Amino acid sequence: MGKSDKAQALAEPKDPTITRVEEHTIEIVSDSGEGAQKAGQAYGAISARMGNGVWTVEIIPAEIKPPARSRAGASGIRVRVGSKPVTNMGDEADLVVALNEQVLYGRIAQKAYRKGTVVLLENRWADDPQEAIRVAYAEGLRHFREQGLVVHELALESACRKVTQDVAVGKNMFVLGMLCRICGRDPQKAREEIAAVFGKKSKDVVAKNHGLFDAGWRFAEEQIPLRFLIPPAPVTSRLCVMNGNQALGLGIMAAGMEMVAMYPITPATSASHYLAGVFGKVGGCVHQAEDEIAAIGFAIGASYAGKTACTITSGPGLALKTEFLGLAVMAEIPLVVVVVQRGGPSTGLPTKVEQGDLLAVLYGQPGDAPKIVIAAATIEECFHLPIAARRLAEAFRTPVIVLTDANLATGVAPVPRPEPQPDWLAPPLDLAAWDPAVPPYDWDERSGISPRPIPGQRGGEYVLTGLAHTKQSKVAYDPDSNQNGCAARSKKLAAFRGTLVPPTVEGDPDGDLLVVGWGSSLGAIREAVDRARGEGLRVSSLHVRFLSPLEPGLAAIFARFRQVMTVEINYSDEPDAPGVGPEYRRRAQLATLLRGETLVDVDCWSNVHGQPLRPGHIHAEIARRLGGGKH
Amino acid sequence: MFGLKDDWSYDMPERYFTLEDYEGGVARWCPGCGDLAVLTAVQKILRDAQQVPENTVCVSGIGCSSRFPHYMKTYGFHGLHGRPLPVACGVKSRRPELDVWVATGDGDCCSIGAGHWLHAIRYNMDMVVMLFDNNVYGLTKKQTSPTSPLGLKTNTHPQGAWLPPLDPLVAMLGFTNSSFVAQTVDWNPAHLQATLHAAWQHKGLGFVRILQRCPTYTDSVFEELQKDPSRLLLLTGAKQPALAAGVARIFVNQRDHDSLDLGAARSIASSAHERVPIGVLFQDESRPRYEDFTTVGLGMTPEQKLAALERELDRFAV
Ligand SMILES: Cc1ncc(C[n+]2csc(CCOP(=O)(O)OP(=O)(O)O)c2C)c(N)n1
Repeated sequence: MGKSDKAQALAEPKDPTITRVEEHTIEIVSDSGEGAQKAGQAYGAISARMGNGVWTVEIIPAEIKPPARSRAGASGIRVRVGSKPVTNMGDEADLVVALNEQVLYGRIAQKAYRKGTVVLLENRWADDPQEAIRVAYAEGLRHFREQGLVVHELALESACRKVTQDVAVGKNMFVLGMLCRICGRDPQKAREEIAAVFGKKSKDVVAKNHGLFDAGWRFAEEQIPLRFLIPPAPVTSRLCVMNGNQALGLGIMAAGMEMVAMYPITPATSASHYLAGVFGKVGGCVHQAEDEIAAIGFAIGASYAGKTACTITSGPGLALKTEFLGLAVMAEIPLVVVVVQRGGPSTGLPTKVEQGDLLAVLYGQPGDAPKIVIAAATIEECFHLPIAARRLAEAFRTPVIVLTDANLATGVAPVPRPEPQPDWLAPPLDLAAWDPAVPPYDWDERSGISPRPIPGQRGGEYVLTGLAHTKQSKVAYDPDSNQNGCAARSKKLAAFRGTLVPPTVEGDPDGDLLVVGWGSSLGAIREAVDRARGEGLRVSSLHVRFLSPLEPGLAAIFARFRQVMTVEINYSDEPDAPGVGPEYRRRAQLATLLRGETLVDVDCWSNVHGQPLRPGHIHAEIARRLGGGKH
Repeated sequence: MFGLKDDWSYDMPERYFTLEDYEGGVARWCPGCGDLAVLTAVQKILRDAQQVPENTVCVSGIGCSSRFPHYMKTYGFHGLHGRPLPVACGVKSRRPELDVWVATGDGDCCSIGAGHWLHAIRYNMDMVVMLFDNNVYGLTKKQTSPTSPLGLKTNTHPQGAWLPPLDPLVAMLGFTNSSFVAQTVDWNPAHLQATLHAAWQHKGLGFVRILQRCPTYTDSVFEELQKDPSRLLLLTGAKQPALAAGVARIFVNQRDHDSLDLGAARSIASSAHERVPIGVLFQDESRPRYEDFTTVGLGMTPEQKLAALERELDRFAV
């Protein structure tokens, strides 16, 4: 796909009133049901079509049907658009469209805005028949201005009413038109996107929404004196726009897995919702089990029968799966377990992000339970890791855990369109006769790996057991058998580790500070580190994807930096908290792991605010540690 | 099985299986344990049907009775306490051609695994579920089970079980999802085998509660039943397991029962305090089976999958 002429024309502002920016973040906030999310998704997709980097994240109210104009009911979307690829939701928004004033309070409390953030506020509340609403509106206006927000009051709804009677449904495309005009979005690409979104409905619906878009565009032209240019890069590859959970679903299909057993739990469920709608197209099946224990048991049953299966869950469900995970390790059952992390412990923060399950997946089973654990850092990796996971699960005859989180699950971004390969798919069942001389656990002396018989293979009959067992899968309580079994399972991780390469250091290979991260905070960490490096600070970053076995070479890399610090979204004591002190400080989870594995004094910076990390905050911490920059 | 046909022709089987082909070593249950009789019955059923051993999977939980798969020379899955049913259903979900037998104890099924029990009934996948009900926890040495009779002295209730037991049959018949509910006793091998065979023939989940003696911990619970067959009620009728006349004769109390009649089945099951029914209480093959849904698309080729995947990715393209 080549860069359109229009995009070329947009590259340099002719008009001096246009502000050229490298990146720009908008939010649309409203009561739920006003279509803000659809408008924002379209805005993101249009930007992706143009060649901009995009990261979109929904703002979800705490309740399913919150009352109108309530602070807790803020629903909406944030879209960050950049000239370069955008990997995270960024810091404070630049421009906000708010359909009532109440929904802004919650966002302000979340520190989503800065002084100078422009708010385009629906003004019909100023003349509302109810006095309480008029008062609340005036109060809000005063408060927002005190906070330093630049508020433009606009008669959005009445302008919209000129085009449609059905403003409740149509307003969002009007807002889209407005934003596209303000932010220099390509109107032709916008029309294409609208046609794609409403294409399943009638031509009339598409035409009506085009009309609303045009009206919004004209409204901005006439009444909103703001113009931005966010120059796109040429589109050189085919792109797909998706969130991390859709990517997981697609990855599971591309891996050729045929069974996903699950029990509903936020934020994992939407992956299964997506799959439930499409899995049948590739011959797969989503099993909604009676609970998470049954879900993993069912997946294990399918895996044992030769069809490596997947179970998807989040924290509380992971807790329930513990015993079966141990069985899968003990009996060497290939299995893919996807954990979309949320805040914990217990029911915790169901819709919010945390990277709090790392140590639980590594060490959460009684006894020694070695397994492969991989963490996705990007939406693209949410697609590719299930494919890798199935292959590893089968090659090493082990459960493989794929960690993602709520940030990836709900973040939407363009990714290079995957090109599915035949060898990604699981090979067909091979039920050729098994040589009865080969025991069911014929552990290789060096690697611990053994081939596995599948029910239906003549001569391979064996009884899988979760009890300690011999190569013949015979229950054995003698000292050597248990020691040998544990050693064989552990060797597999060593063998796999031998195939991994040391992670790459982003930035100089040595310096004053190495920031180490894992999972979805990759984008924010890189951005913060780039900013700090731009200011002359000697900081680099490193991102860990394989957490068990841990990637090799870490101690040698760490030795080249004066300080090493992990940045994570999980709990750690503040070093100077009362009663803590350096000797007794509970550290963040990756830091704890790395200290044990490398014997390096790895420090950490983490919190459990339930929010994706912001590049600005990470940057401030780097600057604080290295005594430079402004923060 | 084998033999000369009417036209004197004889099909030479490629493989011929004897009982030994289903025997996985010497069972290590206590002498006199009822589990042994069940093991023999299942081996005979498979031998009589010349079932190919590698196509059978025995799934169990944890308990004395859950050792069952180890003594079969088929594929086996000796998993977690209380969880054999999700595993068995998972096996069946994408390998419907496999022959699945589940061995579960009264603690395994009716206590820790009770949730899965109900849902396995609802899934109604084609398998046999054998509830080895000895009214006690055997493996962990005599604790009260949900089916322990009121007053049974155990190590957790040394003064006697506090609460009356739950009745697995009444529970099962309470669900309108059950498709096959039967009861038998370990000490009548003919009835045991015939009942398990009927469950095996049934299309759907064939649930058989086996009153099983534990000579070590609950020596006396079934003593009366065993000594006095008049305490048992033999269900008879066209759809009941076929018994040789000589075997049927020992049951002085018999009742003609139509196993499609759920109301009658419920009333028979609820009168177990008077006479303990044995036979098929309920059977209805018209209930939906979950594998009819989970196996859709099983035969899809890699080419078809890749083409579908390409189309799906295109839906996300911009
Ligand atoms: C999660 C878990 N809890 C407890 C146990 C200990 N345990 C093993 S078998 C058993 C009870 C067995 O009783 P039952 O199911 O009636 O079978 P039986 O031994 O009588 O055949 C218990 C409590 C276990 N293995 N796993």
